[in-house]
Amino acid sequence: MADVRVLVQQISAKYGNKRTSLLPILQDIIKEKNYLTSEAMTEVARALDISAAEVYGTASFYSFLETKADGKNKIYICKSITCDMKDKNKIIEAAERTLKIKLGETTPDKQFSLFETNCLGLCDVGPAMLINDDYYTKLTPLKIQTIIGDITRRK
Amino acid sequence: MSNKLKRVDIILSKYSVAPYQILKETIQRPKEDVIQELLDSGLKGRGGAGFPTGLKWKFAAAEQNEVKYVICNADEGEPGTFKDRKLLCEVPRKVISGMGICAWATGATKGYIYLRSEYKYLIPDLEKELEIFAEHSKEVGLNFPIEIFVGAGAYICGEETALIESMEGKRGEPRNKPPYPIQNGLHGKPTVVNNVETLASASMVCRYGAREYKRFGTNDQKGSKLFSVSGDSPNEGVYEIELGMNIANFVETYGDGDTKAVQIGGVAGFCIPRKRFDKTIIGEGNTTGASTMLFNSTRSMYRVLHNYLEFFEEESCGQCTPCRVGCQQLLKGIEAVKKGEKPAEYLDQLIELSRTMKLTSKCGLGQSVTNSFASIIINFREEMIY
Repeated sequence: MADVRVLVQQISAKYGNKRTSLLPILQDIIKEKNYLTSEAMTEVARALDISAAEVYGTASFYSFLETKADGKNKIYICKSITCDMKDKNKIIEAAERTLKIKLGETTPDKQFSLFETNCLGLCDVGPAMLINDDYYTKLTPLKIQTIIGDITRRK
Repeated sequence: MSNKLKRVDIILSKYSVAPYQILKETIQRPKEDVIQELLDSGLKGRGGAGFPTGLKWKFAAAEQNEVKYVICNADEGEPGTFKDRKLLCEVPRKVISGMGICAWATGATKGYIYLRSEYKYLIPDLEKELEIFAEHSKEVGLNFPIEIFVGAGAYICGEETALIESMEGKRGEPRNKPPYPIQNGLHGKPTVVNNVETLASASMVCRYGAREYKRFGTNDQKGSKLFSVSGDSPNEGVYEIELGMNIANFVETYGDGDTKAVQIGGVAGFCIPRKRFDKTIIGEGNTTGASTMLFNSTRSMYRVLHNYLEFFEEESCGQCTPCRVGCQQLLKGIEAVKKGEKPAEYLDQLIELSRTMKLTSKCGLGQSVTNSFASIIINFREEMIY
């Protein structure tokens, strides 16, 4: 609890303790903590002098401000129409098989969380996905297995 | 007017002048002339709403305020659209030049690039380019710092007032208009929000002049435009095309020989069936974000529409009832008809509902659902039922 408070204080000091800094502050907390814990959101509310409900209400509006899944590597597989036409379902199945989790879940070692997401703007090179900030294109079931394997070994 | 498809190479061409030369030359001219040049060029916003860019700048310039903002809208979220990514990747200087020119013409003091979270990998290169811009703008005495603001994943934030709300640390819920951002935008100050391609095009108008730029395009829309081509096409990618061609020509070039429908303007746009390919001109009021997705005869249009509706249902900000509940009911409705729980005539009621959403929704999201919904149901009714 104490370390969360220090972290939030440091980050909010960096951007200025004002409501308009809320998104960058939340994004930085995710970088450090993998997701927004309720303690962190309460601390942000305290730092910016707004209600915790305002912080949660804002965070839960945005799909990349994660308030639940705490995996270190967040996999977002594109489900929009052109990736769907290019068999994104097979990519998701392969990811689920490799990680032994379902969509929306996190591996027990907290290394991976798996999601679907809306259009990534990579329609010409789909099926596509993001892992954290990096993009991967022209996926195949084999390719996604390899990518996940590489990240697992790197840690 | 010829409908032949013509490729152009203005916006996406490589840099052919010294860094920020266009900016430096433009700001030597009288501001009114430059804004007039933009008005004459007929350039309309390339984000989708199609508001005349020169007019937006003119209004912003007329606002009396010491603080004004220019925001480059790089929240490209329309499914099937990826031209802004390509522009920011390959020729960011043209975009940033456009921001600089806009700032000078309107008297803006600070700029932001609102970059969607999904494009974070572009940040290092963009920051390098912003450093180059800072050096050159300092050289010519233009005091206009530009920062990158990273979005957090919300389609609706492409709508300019939702984008501003999000930059103010709030939920990305669109505001009532008026007041428009040019009067009351970010932090209550006059704000020009322009799409990435609009800004690049504006700098090209400044470079070539309105007359040269107007040689391209139709009476309704001038110049060239980037099209994102995806789906059942052997040539997916971004192409710069003169406005005014018909879909038949487009399909001939980019289709796979078996195209049964083309979705133009992204999921917020229209689905054009084969029988109307030669009657539909791309670039006349129907090209939101210039997304063009091709579907061949193996595709189920029910599945396509279902995918669109899931998208709308998730991305509706939930603020106004017609959009929040309407999107849910349209999705449930087509599922019920497909399962046989509702009669085929129920589809007509759903079309009515989508038209009510157009009349009553607060912003472009809810208002445009009917475009793809009605065009798919009407043209592919059988596929919805059986």
